[in-house]
Amino acid sequence: MSIDLSQFHQVFFEESYEGLDVMESALLNLQPDTVDSETINEIFRAAHSIKGGSGTFGFNDVAEFTHVIETLLDEIRGGTRNITSEIVDLFLQSVDCIRKLIQQHDAGEPCEIPEATELKKIFEGILSGNVPASERATASEPAASEPEGSSSTHGWKIYFKPELDILRTGNDPLRMFRELESLGPLRITADVSKIPLIGSIDPEACYMAWELELDAGVSRSAVDEVFEWVVDESDLRIEPLGSAAVLEPEHEEKVSDTANNEQGMDKEKEAIPSPSVSVTPSPNQEVATKPKKEASKVEVSSIRVGIDKVDDLINMVGELVITQSMLGELGLDFTMESLPRLLEGIEQLSQNTRELQESVMRIRMLPISFTFSRFPRLVHDLSRTMNKKIELKLTGEQTELDKTVMEKIGDPLVHLVRNSLDHGIEMPEDRIKAGKPETGTITLNAFHQSGNIVIQIIDDGAGLNKAKILEKAVEKGLVSENDDLSDDQIHDLIFKPGFSTADQVSDISGRGVGMDVVRRNINELNGSVEVESTEGQGSIFTIRLPLTLAILDGQLIRVGEHVYILPLISIVESIQSFQGMLHRVVGGCDLLRLRDEYVPIIKLSSIFNIKSTAQDMDDGLLVVVEGDNMKVALLIDDLEAQQQVVIKSLEENYKRVDGVSGATILGNGTVSLILDIPGLIKLAGVQRYEYKVVNNDDDCAA
Amino acid sequence: MVDIKTGDSSIAQINEEIGEAVAHDPSEQYLTFYIEDEIYGVEILSVQEIRGWEPATEIPNAPEYIKGVINLRGAVVPITDLRCRFGIRQFEYSGITVVIIVKVQSGKSERTMGIVVDAVSDVSNFKRSDIHPAPELSENKNTAFVKGLGSAENKMVILLDINKLMNASDEADLSSVSRAVSA
Repeated sequence: MSIDLSQFHQVFFEESYEGLDVMESALLNLQPDTVDSETINEIFRAAHSIKGGSGTFGFNDVAEFTHVIETLLDEIRGGTRNITSEIVDLFLQSVDCIRKLIQQHDAGEPCEIPEATELKKIFEGILSGNVPASERATASEPAASEPEGSSSTHGWKIYFKPELDILRTGNDPLRMFRELESLGPLRITADVSKIPLIGSIDPEACYMAWELELDAGVSRSAVDEVFEWVVDESDLRIEPLGSAAVLEPEHEEKVSDTANNEQGMDKEKEAIPSPSVSVTPSPNQEVATKPKKEASKVEVSSIRVGIDKVDDLINMVGELVITQSMLGELGLDFTMESLPRLLEGIEQLSQNTRELQESVMRIRMLPISFTFSRFPRLVHDLSRTMNKKIELKLTGEQTELDKTVMEKIGDPLVHLVRNSLDHGIEMPEDRIKAGKPETGTITLNAFHQSGNIVIQIIDDGAGLNKAKILEKAVEKGLVSENDDLSDDQIHDLIFKPGFSTADQVSDISGRGVGMDVVRRNINELNGSVEVESTEGQGSIFTIRLPLTLAILDGQLIRVGEHVYILPLISIVESIQSFQGMLHRVVGGCDLLRLRDEYVPIIKLSSIFNIKSTAQDMDDGLLVVVEGDNMKVALLIDDLEAQQQVVIKSLEENYKRVDGVSGATILGNGTVSLILDIPGLIKLAGVQRYEYKVVNNDDDCAA
Repeated sequence: MVDIKTGDSSIAQINEEIGEAVAHDPSEQYLTFYIEDEIYGVEILSVQEIRGWEPATEIPNAPEYIKGVINLRGAVVPITDLRCRFGIRQFEYSGITVVIIVKVQSGKSERTMGIVVDAVSDVSNFKRSDIHPAPELSENKNTAFVKGLGSAENKMVILLDINKLMNASDEADLSSVSRAVSA
């Protein structure tokens, strides 16, 4: 088979990484001394497919290493060995090790990893007392890689007796023989003795067996390759031509891999018959190491999409095609009478487009568990190195967000979690002293809120130490001693560049380059990060991110001759006549009394320095919008259409503009700016206060 | 040197010449244009196209010389009025006001921007030896935006360094770029 396997390498690597993640999370779920067969099976399956894949693609080191792990797992599965926490740790280490090995292959530069050899030795040591069992166990498992027979001879004698239902599995002996024929002259003798009487023949069963003689000095692996897919479903023996070994169906001989290898090497040139080697699955995990051409190093990131999403997409495209042909037909012979049908068609087209767009966007949406899944391991390892007891809770893992956003949020999240572990959660003895449970809890929570995804990192640790933060900030010259700062403002100081309060710079965090980078990265995604903290009780870091970076439901608004776009999700309500609801505050901004709260009014025309057609406030329209956890009322001239807009970056060619999150192109070809509510609030200088209406009618009356 | 054309040579013609220039070895070719009475030049490789003026969408609180952003085949492109940038009395825009779309290197990325000029003049070849360094006037840093001075048809051409010019901070006062070199 002359298929270039390297084209599948990338897929294999990705699958392996996924498999490793599965192994890792399952291992972390594993309770020592109990056998949860489902979890073990999960780990086993993942390990097995990595082994199989790496064998197929010739990554021997990975295959060998995984094999040892698999053997041990199998014993645990079979109940002959108990799980101890040491074994779990060993497994975790080996997961790292396999990951490293695969990464090296991925990078195209495989080399020895000393850890791998060491770990393998440890595993083999554990296993050594119990080798026969393991061998038996593995032999029953279909191995995806065949033992290497590196000797080449004049030819090969092959006995091939497929199982009855080989044809049903889609394997065609005829095709395999043709393939063999392409290697050299082939003599085939069919054994038809097993064919039953015509009345009892199942037409879909294969009753025949064959003896084949291939007169070609090809390598053993070339022959193996032909039978690669049927090894498990047939009685297959391949021997060098002229071998004295007798072909007996039940005869099986196992040769240890090393011995076989050495013999193979020695006899390579001499063409002396080598001992017959059974091709039935054996523990030999030696795989042909053909020098592989380096796969072209193109970084392609791929995405796994549920088949239902793709089906949706196909349906949608089907409808689009129908609409298109309908419109096309209409256009061929158009009269005024068919105008209603044309309009109808256009309506349908826009519906189709919108649905198609939604489905395409959905394809890019992935559950955040992809990002969350790396944390159990991180917490497990870090809590061990720090001697802290920490439990990690994950909630809202199914919350979906755009893949691009997800990729970029990973690092900041890791940083925040590390931070909580290192600075947040106290040592167990301190926790007991403080009257808290010994085990600290870190919760990762994700949910959707008004078109944003909110991710929270909640810990029940010590909380932020305000005095210490303030002291440090004064020391670094970030604030002056006399500044009167609110709690929130003090907490916010930790996001300033060059700020770190860790008494001791640990290797986990505390280099003082962290939090400002976290904030910057999140801001780049048009998101925000905030911290709430109560001393002694813990902190909550809240990250808000837009769900997607591409499309937005917008409300067009007009101020003077300018048309802007408000994200529809940010709009709470709009109010046309509000004379009685206005309150002017001396030295402050105007307020709108909205039921039981006062909402500050922002005049768009004045903060943007543009002319408004509404001379008086009463001519305008108030749109109450929510951003950054507070409500403001925007004074505009008019509301216009609602439409979906494609977000274009202003920064790409220009720069960030305060109060504007991006731009879009309207139907008439002009550019319109998309307003950014938090930015507007900042621009207007509105302080974050909650103006609650206090009911004091009695006082007034008095 | 390509034949000198008058200021009103058609945009299509010049666009064609830009194409030719890009095809040949272009290292020292400049697109020249008028602002007030001076002739300026920008390296032709940085010029993407020339367009007529069309109303732009204003950007709130942007400096006065940023006329807004336009839709250039789906890209949002800011338009700078060079007159205004240089602090020269402004013109009313009309149908013949010209926008040169340039590509500007900004850090690692390339930005597309438009500059409004009075009129496009020509594509001219300048030998490297013919380009004189801009006079260095100690109290005036704006000559940093001037690559050098060339001459075409006995007229001085101020060759601009478009990358430095467009990346200059908003605060930079460029009002004396023209005066500095004319001095």
